[in-house]
Amino acid sequence: MGEIKNTPETEETGREALIRFHGIGKTFGRVRALTDINFSFLRGECVGIAGHNGAGKSTLMAVLAGVFEPTQGHIEVDGESLPGYDANAARHAGVRCVFQELSLCANLSIAENMCIVHPQLRGRGWRRRATALMREKLEEIFPGNGLSGNELVSDLTLTQRQMVEIARGFTITDTPVRLVILDEPTSSLDAHTAEQLLAFVRKAAQGGITCLLITHMLGEIQRVADRVMVMRDGSIVSVLARDNLSRKAIILAMGQHLEVDKASADQRARLQRADGPEYQWALGAGRRTKIDASRGEVIGFAGLAGQGQTEALLAIYEAATSRGAGRAKVAFVAGDRGRDGVFPVWSIAQNLDLRWLSGGMAEAGRAGAKRLPIRGLVDFAAARAVVEAWRVKIGIRGASMNAGILSLSGGNQQKVLFARALASDADLILMDDPTRGVDVGTKRDIYQLVRDEAAKGRTFIWYTTENEELTYCDRTYVFRSASVTRLLHADECTEEALLAASFEEHAA
Amino acid sequence: MTFAITQARLRALLPAISLVAVLVPILCLQPATMSYFGSSLLLNLAVPIVLATLAQLAIITVNDLDLSIGPFVSLVACIGATLLVKQPWLGVLALVGCVLAYAAVGALIELRQIPSIVVTLGLAFVWSGLAIVLLPSPGGTSPEWLGTAMNYQTPWIAAPIVWSALIAVLGHLLLMRTSAGVRIRGAGGNPRAMRRFGWSLVRSKATLYGIAGLFGVLSGLSLLGLTTSADANLALRYTLLSIAAVILGGGEFAGGRVSVIGAVLGAITLTLAASFLAFLNISSDWQVGMQGAILIVVLSLRVMLQRGDHQ
Amino acid sequence: MSPQTSSEVRSDKEATVALAPRSGWLARLKSVQAPWAWSFAGAVLVWLAIALIFGFSIATNVAQTALVYGVFMVLVGLGQMLVITSGVGNIDLSVPSTIALAGVVSMHVMNGLNGQIVLGFAAVLGVGIAVGLANYALIRLLRIPPIIATLSSSFIIQSLAITQGRQLPPPPAALGAFAAGRLAQIPYIALAAFVLSLALALLLHRSIYGRRLSAIGQNSRAAWLAGVDVHWTRCIAYVLSSVIAAVTALLLAAVSGGASLDMGVEYMLISIAVVVIGGTLVTGGKPTIVGVWGASMFLFLTNAVLNAVGADSGVRSVVYGLLIIVVTVAAGGKALR
Repeated sequence: MGEIKNTPETEETGREALIRFHGIGKTFGRVRALTDINFSFLRGECVGIAGHNGAGKSTLMAVLAGVFEPTQGHIEVDGESLPGYDANAARHAGVRCVFQELSLCANLSIAENMCIVHPQLRGRGWRRRATALMREKLEEIFPGNGLSGNELVSDLTLTQRQMVEIARGFTITDTPVRLVILDEPTSSLDAHTAEQLLAFVRKAAQGGITCLLITHMLGEIQRVADRVMVMRDGSIVSVLARDNLSRKAIILAMGQHLEVDKASADQRARLQRADGPEYQWALGAGRRTKIDASRGEVIGFAGLAGQGQTEALLAIYEAATSRGAGRAKVAFVAGDRGRDGVFPVWSIAQNLDLRWLSGGMAEAGRAGAKRLPIRGLVDFAAARAVVEAWRVKIGIRGASMNAGILSLSGGNQQKVLFARALASDADLILMDDPTRGVDVGTKRDIYQLVRDEAAKGRTFIWYTTENEELTYCDRTYVFRSASVTRLLHADECTEEALLAASFEEHAA
Repeated sequence: MTFAITQARLRALLPAISLVAVLVPILCLQPATMSYFGSSLLLNLAVPIVLATLAQLAIITVNDLDLSIGPFVSLVACIGATLLVKQPWLGVLALVGCVLAYAAVGALIELRQIPSIVVTLGLAFVWSGLAIVLLPSPGGTSPEWLGTAMNYQTPWIAAPIVWSALIAVLGHLLLMRTSAGVRIRGAGGNPRAMRRFGWSLVRSKATLYGIAGLFGVLSGLSLLGLTTSADANLALRYTLLSIAAVILGGGEFAGGRVSVIGAVLGAITLTLAASFLAFLNISSDWQVGMQGAILIVVLSLRVMLQRGDHQ
Repeated sequence: MSPQTSSEVRSDKEATVALAPRSGWLARLKSVQAPWAWSFAGAVLVWLAIALIFGFSIATNVAQTALVYGVFMVLVGLGQMLVITSGVGNIDLSVPSTIALAGVVSMHVMNGLNGQIVLGFAAVLGVGIAVGLANYALIRLLRIPPIIATLSSSFIIQSLAITQGRQLPPPPAALGAFAAGRLAQIPYIALAAFVLSLALALLLHRSIYGRRLSAIGQNSRAAWLAGVDVHWTRCIAYVLSSVIAAVTALLLAAVSGGASLDMGVEYMLISIAVVVIGGTLVTGGKPTIVGVWGASMFLFLTNAVLNAVGADSGVRSVVYGLLIIVVTVAAGGKALR
């Protein structure tokens, strides 16, 4: 590990501390999200926040915005300790938050969305004031945006919504804006507007507003941040000052715990396909996006988050499950467990064998196990065997498989979702950013599983927002604005190439 | 901005288009309806239906559905026909109690995260039962002042039209233009965000359900003023009618997208449609089925327009 | 890095908070994983009250009547349970009109002849399947919420029944005998309901379809992504509900000595009430057949008490409504995702 210089968070820079975190910890039941956070958010600085998925960045910002109450430690605002720090207290302290998950009300207009955040906008003429405020701020951050303020949010594009959300975070009515949290703000912006935003952030910081920038784009952090907080596994591992800032330093601080296997990268040389690809899809508007895959291949979907990768996966899933030409035996591994994966009423075993029931069970029957007299009934003995086999394979220890699924930690629940897909008879496995929020050990197990199964001839399509995981992929499609900008083979898949392809405007 | 005939515009015009679509055949069949008395007769029961529609609209705004509005309106009419006449203060107390009960139900639904359809179905039978207890058989009389109010003759334009227009404008101003109304619609549009910004969803829902109760009370009283006697089954069809009117008016079941003026237009359209069917001399066998058919037609229109949108 | 992490963490938090051990007997009572137990406890309590107030012989009488008339509540409740289990917002309000139509059609088909009973049964099945498919078509093709769809279709079905409801022939004699017959003190009708319950139990707890139904009830999107055909599964639930309602009509006609248009009027609320009070999750995914039986007995006995004290239909309505509200509020719903 290289040298990591820590910057003391004192007022060496001559800035006063707005908000101080003392020993902040946050636990959700059995899950420890934050451990012993000590940090001072100084006035007028721009702090970049870096770290892998699941490092705790979101939780820390949620605590700062008053959404969660810390389970340990206390928060100081302007030098005074504030025990009941909630959303209203945060607002009074001048904290504004622009979450990545858009919090605009789609049924209201841009100006009307203003009064959601600003309770003072009421009484006569509030609409005029709200509209004026929005237009002024939008013009300030994104000059030339062309929005009048009366448009319905549901009529705006994703980029425009992001712009409105960001501008709203900076508007002032009664309490001055002193600290703005921006969570992946450029993920839905194009290159030009991202530029405008970064320039504004720099200017705002100089003007005295503290800006916290959570982002994966290390280049952005380099450009605007005065300090960089690097988080890992729920604690701050280092704080780097501007003069120490280099991409290498940040990556080193985030930890090379993934141990990217260089040897395996060599093995993933270009597969010679004799008969042509096993699967071929034409997706999207006008069927312009062409994806193909061979047996045993691991395909990656890359690019910035939310550029259409999940939609492409779902389109492939639909094509594969419909009664058409693209039909295939497919299984899906969800990344958003609550929305797409977990059945909360069921046990672990029931969550695991659901997909297997639709295919794997019949196969097991054909393979010689005792056939049940009536078709359509669950073969409990076979199910138990499968569940037990996979319990060992994915390594769930200590819990009976008949316990409720929610008794498992998030990482273990993710493992169950993996096992659900792998235990089935599917030849094609689609994965929707499945290692988000999962701990390191589980990730290693998952990578091993993927490699083993691919070696047996299963095809994987893997959407991931962690670029290091793409080293396990034979070929990677990079997405931008719902189309593929580049197809990179394993040896071409470098950080620079990915970055360049992620920002390209036109499809390859 | 060019005036494009977009699908969104078509959907916004849907209530007006359907109103015209129903008016034209009626005027062709019976030109006499254009007169003051004709329109007054046709739209006789419009005001109670409009008020019940706004009650339903309040609840649909927060992504819920109220299956008890019909029995509730009947109950209010029964209370008016009995208690308000004989023991006015008890009657007023009962009505206030009903509104508070509605608000309490709204708060409970949010606090306990339970589906509104099951709770309001139970509520429907509570209202219904109370109405039967009050008035086991049709009867009662309407209070003097109510009758006078409802039979007031406005100059030039028939009273129902005037009242409906006033209610529509007032409702529109309150829900769509004031900041409080905007925040309430926000609670339907993105409840998670509202909570994150510190707004109490329990308070929003309780308020809206209470407003629904208030509109329900007004609807029941106005209905009593018009029919001068009440019975427990008086307004049962208002449930389906109010839902149809809100949807016809451009409202959606989820997302907080509602239109007050559209809903009022929708209510008037459906009132006219009921009279229209009476003109057509549909056999009494099918009168019940017609209600269902109308709703299905209304909703299919909406789907067809939406499908056009997505292409 | 995305806030999905925070919502995941939050749902973890809620999940583990829900499972965190709480002290006290109330907590231990709540953690009893048998939601049906409450309805049975209620039924037993009411029966004991009857025995105490009115005497043991009357209580036994009531218990026996329950096995004849209360069984109809079980039947409609089972159908409704399937629909409610298929996902939040799914409900079948067309039960009363389906009962009316099926009753009327079967009487016409059977025409009072014993030989036509099989045909009558087939007609009833046909009506049920048609209604179920029509309901689901409205929901799927026209994207109408189930509650509106089934309410609207119920009006149309009622009109259909009205057109057929004139000059009904009486039911065949054999049917009447079946209705009155008993096997070792247990009415045939109760046995029929029991057999149906067993069949449904097999379907729900031992078959693949049952797993799929529970899956779409808990999370239809996740179920789709796990290979379940959501639409087909739900459609079958609606069809089964209508078929069960139609068969109930036949049995009702047999017991009442004839079909009538308002045979099924009170069963709409009852079907929902026995499902809710019986402990089936109203948000979907967790059916309990035993709970439906317990709730049916409970409601029937409560009804008997109300009748005995001279309460009219209004009071009964209020009591049923309050029961539904109280049970739903007490059970609570899904914690926010």
